[in-house]
Amino acid sequence: MSWIAIIALAAGTYAFRFAGPVLRDRISVSEEVRRYLTLAAVALLAALIGTAALLDGTHFVGIARPAGVAVGAVLAWRKAPFVVVVVAAAVTAALLRVAGVE
Amino acid sequence: MRSILRTDPVARDVTALCLAGVVVGLSFGAIASAAGVPLGKIVVMNAFVYAGGAQFLAVGLAGAGASAVAIIVAGLLLNARHLPFGLAIGNEVLGDGRPARLVGSHLMTDESVAFALAQQEPGRRRRAYWLTGVCLFLTWNVSAGVGAIAGSALGDPNTFGIDAAFPAALLALTLPSLKDRPSMRVAIAGAALALVATPFLPAGLPVLVALLALAFALPVKRRSPVRRRS
Repeated sequence: MSWIAIIALAAGTYAFRFAGPVLRDRISVSEEVRRYLTLAAVALLAALIGTAALLDGTHFVGIARPAGVAVGAVLAWRKAPFVVVVVAAAVTAALLRVAGVE
Repeated sequence: MRSILRTDPVARDVTALCLAGVVVGLSFGAIASAAGVPLGKIVVMNAFVYAGGAQFLAVGLAGAGASAVAIIVAGLLLNARHLPFGLAIGNEVLGDGRPARLVGSHLMTDESVAFALAQQEPGRRRRAYWLTGVCLFLTWNVSAGVGAIAGSALGDPNTFGIDAAFPAALLALTLPSLKDRPSMRVAIAGAALALVATPFLPAGLPVLVALLALAFALPVKRRSPVRRRS
């Protein structure tokens, strides 16, 4: 890993992080546009959730992780506390692995 | 401390997320040092790149012999989502004044954005964003540094199911934003698009492809009464 790569990655990532709020300040956004910007964030988060739950790189990750996420999802939907959701997801995946289900 | 956690649900939830983050940080440090990245570079990456997914990707690519250009392009592609995230939360979540904006934008992660969006009123949004941002930044830097020093003695974090904890946490944080049918459609379509695109596109792009799912919110735009010529 070269220093060039690290510095460019850091600078570029910061530029992405800094640009969003600044751009939103510059352009006057209507209530309607505001709604779409929030929906864009929702789409990205859902994509991250879907890929992180099901894939390892480009391959299906196996049963244990999606099962853990599914248990967490049901608990979250039933309005269980956040901590319970997170711990239940981890414990489910861990127990399945202990049982030999990958 | 304990009483704060008992009375403040956001602080409690952020603490839970940070504890899971410690395990991910430890494993990143261990993997990076096992891949031959020197401690100094790991520490600088943690503080200045500060993006778990891109850091794992960069170390993996470097280990596979990728060029600096390939590492930069892949990492930035993965991190480009911060731009629409920033557009969504805006400066009112970061706070007033230049320092708050300069520091606050560096603390932007999937989790801090999700925590902010899960709150309704602006004051709470800002507080949730900063709590998550500061807590995750500190735990990431400390734990990934410790992991780099402790190395592979730590074992595989997946043994503890941490890989399931993060998607579940993001899901729990995103659910409150799915309050109407258009947002449900956008979320489901976004996840589906990213999954379908993953085998065909380089890392990072599939998540950005999910932005096309915004089209699924279009038809529900308040229907203005159609005027017909009688």
